[in-house]
Amino acid sequence: MTPVEVLIPATLTLLMVGALAVALTDDPARQAVTLSAYGLLLTVLFVLVQAPDVALSQVAVGMAVVPLLILLTIRKIRSRR
Amino acid sequence: MSGGRGRLALFGVGGAAMAVLFALAVFALPDPGGDQHPYRDRAVPAAVSHATANVVSSVNFDLRAMDTLGEEAILFASVLGVAALARPAAGEGGRRRVPREQVLDAVRATALVFFPVTLVVGLDVVLHGALTPGGGFQGGVILGTGIHLIYMAGGYRALLRVRPLELFEQGEALGMGAFAAAGVAALLVGGSFLGNVVPTGRLGTLTSSGTVELLSIAVGIEVASAVVVLLAAFLTQLLELGGVPEADQ
Repeated sequence: MTPVEVLIPATLTLLMVGALAVALTDDPARQAVTLSAYGLLLTVLFVLVQAPDVALSQVAVGMAVVPLLILLTIRKIRSRR
Repeated sequence: MSGGRGRLALFGVGGAAMAVLFALAVFALPDPGGDQHPYRDRAVPAAVSHATANVVSSVNFDLRAMDTLGEEAILFASVLGVAALARPAAGEGGRRRVPREQVLDAVRATALVFFPVTLVVGLDVVLHGALTPGGGFQGGVILGTGIHLIYMAGGYRALLRVRPLELFEQGEALGMGAFAAAGVAALLVGGSFLGNVVPTGRLGTLTSSGTVELLSIAVGIEVASAVVVLLAAFLTQLLELGGVPEADQ
């Protein structure tokens, strides 16, 4: 077995655990962080299946922009209470 | 709650149907790693014939440039919608204030070191879209978020100085307009909308790939500006309008 044949199922398994962790995180502010970590796992998967263009999009949007927008929104909502 | 049980039953039916259809679709997929790739067999020669080393960029900006025009329009409209929704409401504008923040020296130093590096990487990804992985979208997001390292380095006042919002609003429209204009120009010159009418040069050089490089730059301008305008809408709401965030009190 080549290293990739081992790494792809391993990453897929980690992705299932990561997705569960995101879904089970109660506090949206913490969820932004677990979502970002999940985004990193997805990036690894895209690199392993030889999709570097998608991996670049995922790392920029999934790990930076989306969690940032969630955190800014949460702080705005909490500042109103 | 009386409707709860009914809703759960409805979800059960819908979820089960979805699961069955999903399983059928997944098991009908060709096995990964096979050697039957009809799309590759057509896309790779088409990309090479237009001297585009990155086949993905050739698909995005040449072979299926029409789809990218649609995606760009979706991003443009979404950011326009967010900016319209998040604009200061009547009476909110009067309370505008620009906060002063304390920035830790370690954060300031790190952000200042990474700011030029991030801008160079972003420009590199945009300009080499036709050669290496990446392109206008990926590089644009890197540029648009990279500018906000100035916020980390010097606080909101510093960000306001390096980020003239009006310029980025115009940049978003410019990028979107340039893409559509390139399509119309190709129609007039070559007879097909968004066709690759520019000389494609030699495979593997920066000036290769014809319109792929030009459209990638247009998308880079649009996406970088869109990210800045999007984040500006959220930052204005949080920092300039309404109450003081808890953590700052």
